[in-house]
Amino acid sequence: MPLLEVRDIVVRFGGVTAVAGVSFDVAEGQICGLIGPNGAGKTTLFNVISGIYRPNEGSVRFDGHITTNEPRHRMAPLGLGRTFQNLALFKSMTVRENILAGAHSAGRAGFLANALRLPHARAEDRAARQRAAELLALLQLEAVADLPVIDLPFGTQKRVEMARALISRPKLLLLDEPAGGLNHGEVDELATLFQHVRQSFKLGILLVEHHMSLVMRVSDKVVALDFGKKIADGTPDEVRSSPEVIRAYLGDGHGDAAHAA
Amino acid sequence: MSLSPARFLLVLLGLAAALAPLWVLESFHLFQLTMAVIMALAVLGLNIVTGYNGQISLGHGAFFAIGAYVTSILMAQADWSFYATLPFAAAICGMVGYAVGLPALRLGGLYLALVTFSLAVAVPQLLKHKALEAWTGGVQGLFLMKPDPPRWLTSVLPLNADQYMYLNVLIVSGICFLLAWNLIRGRIGRALMATRDHPTAAEAMGMDIAALKTGAFAVSAMITGIAGALSAVAVEFVAPDSFTFLLSITFFVGMVVGGVASILGSLFGGLFVLFVPNIAESISRAAPGVIYGMILIIFLFVLPEGFAGLVRRILTRLTSRRN
Repeated sequence: MPLLEVRDIVVRFGGVTAVAGVSFDVAEGQICGLIGPNGAGKTTLFNVISGIYRPNEGSVRFDGHITTNEPRHRMAPLGLGRTFQNLALFKSMTVRENILAGAHSAGRAGFLANALRLPHARAEDRAARQRAAELLALLQLEAVADLPVIDLPFGTQKRVEMARALISRPKLLLLDEPAGGLNHGEVDELATLFQHVRQSFKLGILLVEHHMSLVMRVSDKVVALDFGKKIADGTPDEVRSSPEVIRAYLGDGHGDAAHAA
Repeated sequence: MSLSPARFLLVLLGLAAALAPLWVLESFHLFQLTMAVIMALAVLGLNIVTGYNGQISLGHGAFFAIGAYVTSILMAQADWSFYATLPFAAAICGMVGYAVGLPALRLGGLYLALVTFSLAVAVPQLLKHKALEAWTGGVQGLFLMKPDPPRWLTSVLPLNADQYMYLNVLIVSGICFLLAWNLIRGRIGRALMATRDHPTAAEAMGMDIAALKTGAFAVSAMITGIAGALSAVAVEFVAPDSFTFLLSITFFVGMVVGGVASILGSLFGGLFVLFVPNIAESISRAAPGVIYGMILIIFLFVLPEGFAGLVRRILTRLTSRRN
């Protein structure tokens, strides 16, 4: 059984159909790239999978649970982690606190247990701090760990978001344009990081990305959308050579989709 | 938590500073300081929901009043001892706070400010209402007595009722501040701030915003209610007119001046709102409000992030110099 099963998703905004019946799977430990021109419905679909939108039709099954009607805060405990396109950090907190906030779903201690510092609240906190320290090291954030996150450069903030998503040990990581706003060298580092993260955390990754060469380089599988419909689904090579994908990116002329970005 | 020697010394100094007034100050000033600590506790309560969780409340005077009345009714009408009434005052304020937190889930920002404000306006009138008069004493209010220090204590430490009251307020407030500190440093505190900073991201981290917001309101109302209960006993009298909406604004001023989302700042805020009006009155008897307003404006110009912001700046400078 695949880790993520997306089935016949339809999303309409008023009279506009943003996603018109899309289905695809992501297997455990797979890196899946979701591509398509602007307005193809990638972000809408991404928001359905992460639980922010309810689809008009269709269902999403994640790790055996139908998640389409789950409240938003139930997604993280199921094992779904995510980052945001335009950064969504907790701006009044330090880097370390942001990452610790990501461990929320791994904890149980409530108001009373925290106020009284009961043993299980302390044990949880220690465990979370330990994992935060490991992630700070992994993502080279140790030097800035106790600085306010708001003062840091964009690329660093993106790594903080990644660490915040990873600390809850998700089974699937949803990344919304992870390469957006990064320079060439940073994109290379990101590709290496994906491979490393997949191996050491044993997780699947679904990424929405405009940076075509990154997607083609890191993905095991690519799903291409255009006008809310799936136009291709397969290995990077298959999708790259699909006539529909070429048409979507370059119009009716000829060329290689990989050059489009 | 392990205490480093420096921190241990700081705690000792703090304890000494808190206890010294018992012997240094005479009755009236000790009473004022008692009230300042109570105000600080009330501001702490407001800070939990407004400072840390970002839900603006202009109605915390209502929780203060409810706490004060629960304790007063139990003491004056049912002869309960002061300490026995505290859990009841806290529980009832917590429940009312939770109930107020429910509409707060739908109303944000300025609208919530208005809803809580209307609570602050309504509560004093409810307390005057005929239906409750048998309990509340109506416009006349209720009189109570400060507890006398118990024999076992006076045999070790000769204290009068005022000194004993100060000690009680210090202990209860100290416990509340400690619990609030623990709460804010931990998982829930981070979730409260995360919810305030970025609700969508907070939900993606698995934070149940509805539970956090109503919980924050309940805890916040509980703390401010305990402060109200303490004040009723310290003043030995409650009446509806002691709890006008101005009281809610006073807590708000204390929170901003002390530092939004700061526990230490709440302490300073309490001292400020109690003592600065007195200072203002000693400068001009005719127009203390004008002087108070001027001091407030100057203070906010000089320290836009409140007292806590100043402390933070000093600490950053000290640590960066050390590195």
